[in-house]
Amino acid sequence: MSLQLRRKTHESVVYIDSDSAPRVMPSGEDFILEDLPIGTRVIYPKPPIKGLPNREAAIRYALNHPHDCDPLFAQLYPGMKVTIAVDDISLPLPPMATPDIRQTVIEILAEMLSGHGVDDVHIIIANSLHRKMTEWEMKRMVGSKIFDEFYPDRYYNHDAEWPEGLITLGHTKHKEPLRINRRCAESDLVIYVNINLVPMDGGHKSVAVGLCDYESLRAHHEPQTIRDSDSYMDPARSELNHKVGRLGKLVDEHMNVFHIETAINNRMYTGALDFLFKNEDDFTAFDRMKFETIRRTMSKLPRAARRKMLHAMPAQYEMIACHAGRTEPVHEKIIEKGFDQYAIPIKGQCDILITGVPDISPYNVYSILNPLLVQVMALGYHFNFYRGKPLLKKGGVLILHHPCYDEFDHNFHPSYIEFFNRLLPETRDPFILREKYEREFANNPSYVEMYRRGNAYHGAHPFFMWYWGENGRQHVGRVIAAGAENAHVPAMLGWDRADNLTEAIAMARSHMGRSAEITMLHQPMIGIADME
Amino acid sequence: MAAAAFYDLEGTLVSTNLVHTLGFYAKNQQGLFRTFKKSASTLLSIPIFAATDQYSRKVFNDLFFKRYKGESEDRLRFFAEELFEGVLKPAIFPGTFELIEKSRSLGLRQIVVTGALDLSVTPLMKYLGIEDYVANRLEFVNGVATGRLLPPVLAAATKASWIRTFAEREGLSLSDSYAYTDSMSDLPMLSVVGHPAAVNPDMRLKQTALHHDWPILNLK
Repeated sequence: MSLQLRRKTHESVVYIDSDSAPRVMPSGEDFILEDLPIGTRVIYPKPPIKGLPNREAAIRYALNHPHDCDPLFAQLYPGMKVTIAVDDISLPLPPMATPDIRQTVIEILAEMLSGHGVDDVHIIIANSLHRKMTEWEMKRMVGSKIFDEFYPDRYYNHDAEWPEGLITLGHTKHKEPLRINRRCAESDLVIYVNINLVPMDGGHKSVAVGLCDYESLRAHHEPQTIRDSDSYMDPARSELNHKVGRLGKLVDEHMNVFHIETAINNRMYTGALDFLFKNEDDFTAFDRMKFETIRRTMSKLPRAARRKMLHAMPAQYEMIACHAGRTEPVHEKIIEKGFDQYAIPIKGQCDILITGVPDISPYNVYSILNPLLVQVMALGYHFNFYRGKPLLKKGGVLILHHPCYDEFDHNFHPSYIEFFNRLLPETRDPFILREKYEREFANNPSYVEMYRRGNAYHGAHPFFMWYWGENGRQHVGRVIAAGAENAHVPAMLGWDRADNLTEAIAMARSHMGRSAEITMLHQPMIGIADME
Repeated sequence: MAAAAFYDLEGTLVSTNLVHTLGFYAKNQQGLFRTFKKSASTLLSIPIFAATDQYSRKVFNDLFFKRYKGESEDRLRFFAEELFEGVLKPAIFPGTFELIEKSRSLGLRQIVVTGALDLSVTPLMKYLGIEDYVANRLEFVNGVATGRLLPPVLAAATKASWIRTFAEREGLSLSDSYAYTDSMSDLPMLSVVGHPAAVNPDMRLKQTALHHDWPILNLK
């Protein structure tokens, strides 16, 4: 048995044996050490693919050798109207060390545009219904040279609630409407600069979702689409992706989009936190020292300070591919590269899936991972990181580790608070929530103003977060929040709670049987379980 | 059931407060000496106004509106338009129009409930397209202000009770209604509606809004 367990199926898959070291797992802003039952399968992220040695050269090559269209320089002429649209702060995670890839791309573009006599250039952040980025974040993303030249008149956030700033492109054959940023729609050329972190990103989603309004978004950000996506991290089997693809065709009919997509490796942290990606059995004394230092330091700090400290550590991602040209062929190439980095072949589903929820999500950059975001990370993202079939058997138990504190950011997530406290006690049914309350929240003048003039997520955003967890909720038999510091947050979300992981595993085994197969996702990780 | 959006005015939709209006009238007295005297006394009263406002809005109102004693109604009305053009219109927050427009598009009745003087806010209400508003009224005897306000004096709890009465009379659902204010003294007004929000709040209201999880807007 032991020998069989130790036999490696893949470099990212490790089985726990009688002499295995305890595993490090994140739980919100903390890192804890947990002994796992013998036989537990632990899935680690794949080792990072080596980054391209010359990022600038790769970008220039892509611009000059695009897929299915003329090179960018051949499309430029003096006096034309060009808009550069860029991904917002939700990508990559955590925000990457400067210079951001977007800075490099935009600096090259600005130079090329100016060299061809193109002066009418705007840079728009495709934040859709996400919060608008702050001035500081905008500067950090593109660097001071671009910022000083374009901000604030020609470098700004997309506003999905500005009627004059939007224009209707039409409807798909399935009656899905598309209302989009007017400046982009009226430009002679839109250049989209993307960073692809997970397979759900990029492609037609960039323009058709990133620059649309609420009514356009609600056509596909809805519970049935999510239920029909198996999973939304697998573009071929994602209904969400199919719907967005239809909208993308509409975009291509009306607009000239030159797409620049980049793929990055998964080198999330180096230096002080690199032990997070190592097999604990291979820890050196120095790794153990780093872990203990971090853990002890963190334990002495209040939660807000721990959060601040974690958010201050930028990711060390490297670009591994850059393609440009028409949206679909470009996206295909980038997705292929992304799967090279992320896909981990896994044989066999499990009965119990364990995942620590770190303080990292697309929606809490420099903010709090509130209960709805814990939900979306566990049942949305972590559950959906598969291709083929879910890692967890139907009716299995998902154990997540997080304190589940009842804390919300009043500036970034005001409508989440009302959603959590007013709506969830009434119903958790996403269809009822959508029909009864979604529009009320979306049109609440206070939330609209906070989105437009402040840095709040759109009033309807918590609904999308709830729908995002829908196929996880449908699939999982029971969710146990281990380490939850209160009882009411797990209860409101429809979960059980346990004081610690050991208790949670015991509860899960009482549900699934003593011989239940256990798998743990070694977080933080970005990886796709490629199920055989 | 129909609903409404109730707004406080000064500090909420416009950046001015009652003292700006008083200062404007003080600056436009008959004769230089009178202008100087009234302006100086208004200026010197500012710390007293600030202190009494912290203590009680009722005491503040009693003290503040005494400064209008002796003003002729004609004169106050005559300068109202100028007051709007010169003082109030430039002080409208940029987000005010968006907020009112969005709120109106939802079919909510737009109602301003303010402690300012009715004759000074009328042009502003017309400009914002708000037909329903209630403001404080000075008492005039033989066309001259006595320095007292006619009841009901709109401040703190009176605003809330006015809103309740108005909603009942007009068949408005308060639980579906919205209220916006910048000041802690208007807490009762926020408490009677289903969707309260603090706008450009002072420190005390901001803390209260955070405790109650109310949205905090910045229209500046």
